[in-house]
Amino acid sequence: MSKNPEFVKFDKVDKSYDGKVLVVKDLQLDIAEGEFITMLGPSGSGKTTCLMMLAGFETPTHGEILLDGNIISNIPPHKRGIGMVFQNYALFPHMTVYENLAFPLRVRKVEKDEIDKKVDKALSMVSLSGFETRMPTQLSGGQQQRVAVARALVFDPAVVLMDEPLGALDKNLRESMQYEIKHIHESIGVTVVYVTHDQSEALTMSNRIAVFNDGKVQQLSNPAELYEKPVNSFVAEFIGENNTFNGEVVDIDKDKCKIKLANSEILANPISVKSKGEKTTVSLRPERALINPTDKMDNMFTGKIEEVIYHGDHTRVRLNLLGSSEFILKVPNSTSNLELKVSQDINIGWNSTDARALDPK
Amino acid sequence: MSSETKQILTTDGIPLEVSLKKAEKKNKIRAFLLVAPLLLFLAITYIFPIGEMFMRSVDDRMVTNMLPKTFKAMEKWENLEELPSEEVYRAFYEDYKLLVENQQHGKLGQRLNKEKNGFNTITKKLFRQIKRKKIDESASLKEQINKIHKRWRNVEFWQAIKRTAPPYTAAKYLKGMDMYLAADGSIAQVDEDRRIHRILWLRTLEIAFFVTLFCFFMGYPIAHLLATLPMKYSNLLMICVLLPFWTSLLVRTASWMILLQQQGIVNDFFVMIGLVADDNRPEMMYNKVGTYVAMTQILLPFMVLPLYSVMKTISPSLMRAGKSLGGTPFVAFWKVYFPLTIPGIGAGCLLVFILAIGYYITPALVGGASGTLISNQIAFHMKTTLDWSFASAMGLMLLTGVLVIYWIYNKLVGVDNIKLG
Repeated sequence: MSKNPEFVKFDKVDKSYDGKVLVVKDLQLDIAEGEFITMLGPSGSGKTTCLMMLAGFETPTHGEILLDGNIISNIPPHKRGIGMVFQNYALFPHMTVYENLAFPLRVRKVEKDEIDKKVDKALSMVSLSGFETRMPTQLSGGQQQRVAVARALVFDPAVVLMDEPLGALDKNLRESMQYEIKHIHESIGVTVVYVTHDQSEALTMSNRIAVFNDGKVQQLSNPAELYEKPVNSFVAEFIGENNTFNGEVVDIDKDKCKIKLANSEILANPISVKSKGEKTTVSLRPERALINPTDKMDNMFTGKIEEVIYHGDHTRVRLNLLGSSEFILKVPNSTSNLELKVSQDINIGWNSTDARALDPK
Repeated sequence: MSSETKQILTTDGIPLEVSLKKAEKKNKIRAFLLVAPLLLFLAITYIFPIGEMFMRSVDDRMVTNMLPKTFKAMEKWENLEELPSEEVYRAFYEDYKLLVENQQHGKLGQRLNKEKNGFNTITKKLFRQIKRKKIDESASLKEQINKIHKRWRNVEFWQAIKRTAPPYTAAKYLKGMDMYLAADGSIAQVDEDRRIHRILWLRTLEIAFFVTLFCFFMGYPIAHLLATLPMKYSNLLMICVLLPFWTSLLVRTASWMILLQQQGIVNDFFVMIGLVADDNRPEMMYNKVGTYVAMTQILLPFMVLPLYSVMKTISPSLMRAGKSLGGTPFVAFWKVYFPLTIPGIGAGCLLVFILAIGYYITPALVGGASGTLISNQIAFHMKTTLDWSFASAMGLMLLTGVLVIYWIYNKLVGVDNIKLG
């Protein structure tokens, strides 16, 4: 079966609620069939609006949305055949689990036997067999969430939308549900559009992530690339932790540039800087800077420890380095650990390829 | 005692239950003291008057106390189709004479007249004969009394006296349902042309039912709007709903009178747009139409508010879920939204219906002859005929009716499903 790479297509979509501010600006996004794509962004970045437009609860102010090649902007939600999992589950409180799951099948006039079979299958998929007669209020949060997922999948929709579905769960449950949803997606191959503001959720679950900010997609790529190679300082800041230096390009090469900071110079990887004299923000992941590096690294500095915070699996060290006291280091906790003490001086080194010179903040 | 049911003891050896009770006793007393004023208030203003009303509605001791000898003599009166014996006549004469001396005879006449029309006339005649000392107590009193008026020779009047013998009577309740206790003790219907109360009961139920229905159909969309509109609009709408609430009932009814009368604004408007001819203006007041319109408007907030409070708690994502799962907007509404509003519908309907069933001022002012309800009849007996025991009986029947409706409702919907806010 050939997968359609443009199964869902946002074509130059604009959305404004009040005629003054654009919530979504000129959105161009293709989603492949069977893909798990996450829309990630801070609140108010337009990601939920995009989801609502795809579901049919909001209409685009301009542009078209296509599903499998057909324009769906004028099709009402109930005819789109798109499953949806809501933030607060939106289970029908007056119906049993069975009735909740049977609802989309009953409105489609599916035979009774067929309904039983499908409900059974969907419930076993979320490992809730035997819960048919329970009311939603008799279920725990995680169970309710699984019912909501099963309900969105039971009528075999082509696309399933999930609007921050794990937001109300506690941390451990959230993590196990992330894997569960991921496995369900892998086993049935449905296209999933997932909205969240939790970056770790996005990184663990998705095939691709679209980072939203200010109504625009800032970067669309797979999780590894998004984390390792952010294209601008917003993405670098939003995804994972990040040490930044603000400075000016004084020398630029093909894959190396020299950045002048307040009172020192560092080498960095030129990503969005093109020429000398440009202002830039250099981004460096905390785990890429090493203490007392054994290998030769092209950035070597000495800093003073300001704070040591124990995190269980790792220790966070805040340093005063290159005139900034906000430099963070992540040190894995192992038996051969160094004695880290406040106001101790240590040597730090990193490779210029990991220090990405991005647009200025 | 088996080991399983062994009492749990606290550390100082007192059974846990006893200890718990002791610990909570203070709180219980405090809680009781807090509700005590209300309890007292309810007892004085509600339970006691209702008890008093009930006593009044069944109390028939007046005649029993006035004619003790008569009733004693009547115990031996067996063939009720024939006039009683001389003994009864004599006993009645003696009782009546005593009443005349105490100037209590008028009350008896009035009371007996309620039992049988025309009684007042013949007791007055008897009174005059006694006053003029025309009755010879040594001769047959039966003959002398029978001569005073032909009605004394009518056995029905004597039967009427006998019917008043028991100290308690359900006669007022029967009267409220257009029935009476016949001479032989059976329950009979009054003549068809005099069955006024049953019409009123049915009309009260009918109007209360339809007012509830109108309120529901008008209130449901309003409540839905209120619950879903953005705050700044919904506040305004809420004030519009509540504004009539803050206006005096009398003022609102009066404004409906201005609107609905034949030369009123609504009729003027109909004439203006050519809906009706100027010389053929429809009567919209002093009949059922007026009662319906005014009562629906006045009771509407009682429907809107419970509905609103329930709808406010229904998450809008439920309707969206219904639609996204493939339900048309109607299916989503009917299968998802509507069932969730049932507690509000129950509360609103019950509230409006119970209020409507006892409504008084509005039907009295705009109802006319065909739009008055049972409470107007109760008021009539309270204020005009001064038959308080009958008014009490009808009031209690109304109360019982409401309780029965509440009971049926509880069986059908369940009272725990009511949500007032």
